Amino acid sequence: MKFFLSIIITVTVCWLISSISFLPWYSFVIAALATAMVTKHQPLPSFFVGFIALFLLWSIWALAKDVPNKHLLSTKVASILPLKGNATLLVIITGFVGGLLGGLGALTGSFLKNSNLK
Amino acid sequence: MRYLPFSISAVITIALVTALNVQLPLGKTKSPRLGYFLSPQTGFWQNAEPVDVSFNDEIKIKGIRNTTDVYFDDRLVPHIYADNDADAYFVQGFLHAKFRLWQMEFQTYIAAGRLSEITDESKLPTDKYLRRLGLLYGAENSLKAMEADAETKNMMDAYTAGINSYINQLKASDMPFEYKLMNYQPEPWTNLKSALFLKLMSFDLAGGGEDDFLHTNTKNFFGIDTYRQLFPDVMDSLDPIVPKGTTFAKPSITVKIPESYDSLYIGKTDSFKILQPIVPDQDNGSNNWAVDGSKTQSGKPILCNDPHLGLNLPSLWYEVQITTPSHSTYGASFPGSPAVIIGFNDSCAWGVTNAGRDVKDFYEIQFKDSTMQEYWLNGAWKKSEFRQEIIKVKGKPNDIETIAMTVFGPVMYDKHYPASNKTDKCYAVKWKAHDASNELLTFYKLDRAKNYNDYVDAISTYQCPGQNFVFASKTGDIAIRQQGAFVAKWPHQGEFVMPGTDSSYMWQGIIPNTENAQMLNPSRGFVSSANQMAVDKTYPYYLGEAGNFPIYRGLIINKKLAAMKNITVGDMQEMQTNDDNMFAQEAMPVMLPLIDVSKITAAEKQYFDILKAWDLKNTPNSKGATIFKNWCDTLMTLVYNDEYALSTLPLRKPYESTLLEALIEGKGNYAFADNISTPKVKETMADVALEAFKRVTKLAEALDNDNILAWGNFKDTKVSHFTKIDALGKLHVINGGGSYSINATKSEHGPSWRMIVHLTDTIEAYGLYPGGQSGNPGSRYYDTFIDYWAAGKYYPLLFIKQLEATKNNRVKWHITFSKA
Repeated sequence: MKFFLSIIITVTVCWLISSISFLPWYSFVIAALATAMVTKHQPLPSFFVGFIALFLLWSIWALAKDVPNKHLLSTKVASILPLKGNATLLVIITGFVGGLLGGLGALTGSFLKNSNLK
Repeated sequence: MRYLPFSISAVITIALVTALNVQLPLGKTKSPRLGYFLSPQTGFWQNAEPVDVSFNDEIKIKGIRNTTDVYFDDRLVPHIYADNDADAYFVQGFLHAKFRLWQMEFQTYIAAGRLSEITDESKLPTDKYLRRLGLLYGAENSLKAMEADAETKNMMDAYTAGINSYINQLKASDMPFEYKLMNYQPEPWTNLKSALFLKLMSFDLAGGGEDDFLHTNTKNFFGIDTYRQLFPDVMDSLDPIVPKGTTFAKPSITVKIPESYDSLYIGKTDSFKILQPIVPDQDNGSNNWAVDGSKTQSGKPILCNDPHLGLNLPSLWYEVQITTPSHSTYGASFPGSPAVIIGFNDSCAWGVTNAGRDVKDFYEIQFKDSTMQEYWLNGAWKKSEFRQEIIKVKGKPNDIETIAMTVFGPVMYDKHYPASNKTDKCYAVKWKAHDASNELLTFYKLDRAKNYNDYVDAISTYQCPGQNFVFASKTGDIAIRQQGAFVAKWPHQGEFVMPGTDSSYMWQGIIPNTENAQMLNPSRGFVSSANQMAVDKTYPYYLGEAGNFPIYRGLIINKKLAAMKNITVGDMQEMQTNDDNMFAQEAMPVMLPLIDVSKITAAEKQYFDILKAWDLKNTPNSKGATIFKNWCDTLMTLVYNDEYALSTLPLRKPYESTLLEALIEGKGNYAFADNISTPKVKETMADVALEAFKRVTKLAEALDNDNILAWGNFKDTKVSHFTKIDALGKLHVINGGGSYSINATKSEHGPSWRMIVHLTDTIEAYGLYPGGQSGNPGSRYYDTFIDYWAAGKYYPLLFIKQLEATKNNRVKWHITFSKA
């Protein structure tokens, strides 16, 4: 239960941070790190909280742009990047990149919290 | 102790963020900053515009005087209603930026020789070339002339302010897609950028090729007599813009041929290895014509225009209606420049084709020493001036070009930028586009023209690139004039590189406007131009080598118009998209009999029959058109390449029209037909034509097997994005036409805007361009018109008053601009 709650908190915090337009695109990594220090999971679960939260945030956000666009742009971008025009794959990769960074941010946050404790 | 895992984890995280925050090598180019680019918050996802997007808005902004309304129709064409001109141009600037910011800025980076600044050193050759040619220099000169005229300055200032207010309110996440892809940011717009954009048009239309060097090489290789056969002064079949038999007044300028013409000009034997990094398309040209009421069903004139340029996405053109108390005008505008360029207002219509006159010449300069401080002119040393061109290169030190300026113009080629292996030779370029001129004023006035006199006044100051301005008014007038600052040249002046030590080789004057080729209401009931030579040989000034002026589109247009009666808009649409191949009509009766049918195999006979049965139309399904085209290409190669292969220098290739005229004249005999690498055999034209045909049947067989023998598939038209990234272009646009058809669509080049205006009491107009009003590759309005364009269809253009705009059912969106 706490695991899922942590995911929701991470998604919310990262989304709020991302909505501040003058911050650089990677600000959410810091947000994921900070959230992990508060939610206090062990390192591995922390990583998964961050990963799942940001995978969801980035892929759903991408989908929310892609579906009303009828995949016009994603198909083009998936041909510029070596993805053979596969828009679905591009959404997944977007989610994965966000997830990986979110997970690593959360993992780092969890280590940081634990090193403070001891 | 968790410090170690913390450190490892932090390092990996930072490393990954860093890797995703820089551009990485991707094939020959660089990837975007992937993290930034993929981020749904900042990256390309933000450019994915919903297909049912609404453009309704209320924009409060600084810089606008009064409330200005913009209504967008279903094709996303804005109809701007302002109560003063400045607000209209402010909003035009804002909308150009809103829909086309990246492209308009990118084109000015090309023109200014600044591509290296936003890409890398791979673009340095292009930048160097355009800087040394003096495009930026010319734009700076012209800007002074533009800003010296109050009306032009006010228009440009308002336009620039409109663009900048868009840029200033642009959120990082809404940055156009290409900035995100290439990782740079827009900079503030300036009036200079508009001047640069217009100079880029001059480069495209009046001064692309380094022809003088190629001509000189070719003349020296073949000798002047053979050269003249290959590059005649006039084509026999020419049908000029002003009909043959027109009498011309005595010229007001008498040009003097230099005394050393034979020895220092024709007799000069230098050779050159010019490597030109960008070459404008040889077929940059256009069609325009107007028919008067005697020829139309309605009794009112109809005007047609289709400029042929490189086909690009986003398109070079942006449709707009601008309505203020001073004028109400609709047409195609250039993102990058204020005003409507080709269009119509509530009194008249106008269009342009390229004049193709040579206004760019090279002079060999003799400097005292390698410092280029002094050069020899008329028996004395004259001091040079210097101009520095600083080219910024991304991630590298600046490249500095120091250019000596002479009375003949900037020294484009010197030892730092050599024209040949002999690196000590220096060449200055004299180009009309260097001179201060205000072309924008012409379009400003045309937008407001009410009658023929206004049209003449509008174009009278127009200098470069020279155009054929066609005109028609509601009052029934039709007119055409070849307008520009054309140099009064002695015969063959500037065909070859000229000596720069003798001022008698300088340009001796500009032909007065009144002596330019022109017509008003001719009795034949029509005027037309299609880049052919404007006049016949009786015209008192030298126009340039005939190869600069394609003849076939002009022939077919005049032939059709002369025969037509009771013309309707539908007839004009059919004509403007007509696929008849005029060259083939002239060539087939001469070429086909050259093939001895007894000497071809049964398999070859199959393709011979297709060619024989061909209707001489370049329609998309035509196999005959593909066979003919390849047969001509192969024939040209077999006829000329053996002689041309003996030279290691770049030479000017003859035109197909030259070969055809030689065939007609020689009744099948032609000296170039003989293959000089087989000294024992004397090939005739028939031998070469048969050999060419046999080779083409092999190709045709292969194409047939791949199902691409039909002309539309073989030609395979594509509309490329400026970056040449295929995914952003529109590929495999199946259509007909070609260089020798009125529908002059080639593979990447063709009618970039088609317009037909019927000057009835309420103007009835049709048009479209192969693109879409939005420059965003993520918008459904990005390439909307292309399929329609390829099919030869037209949109009725909505030209309406504001009151009607509020209730017309084709109007979809409304933006109000008001003072912040």
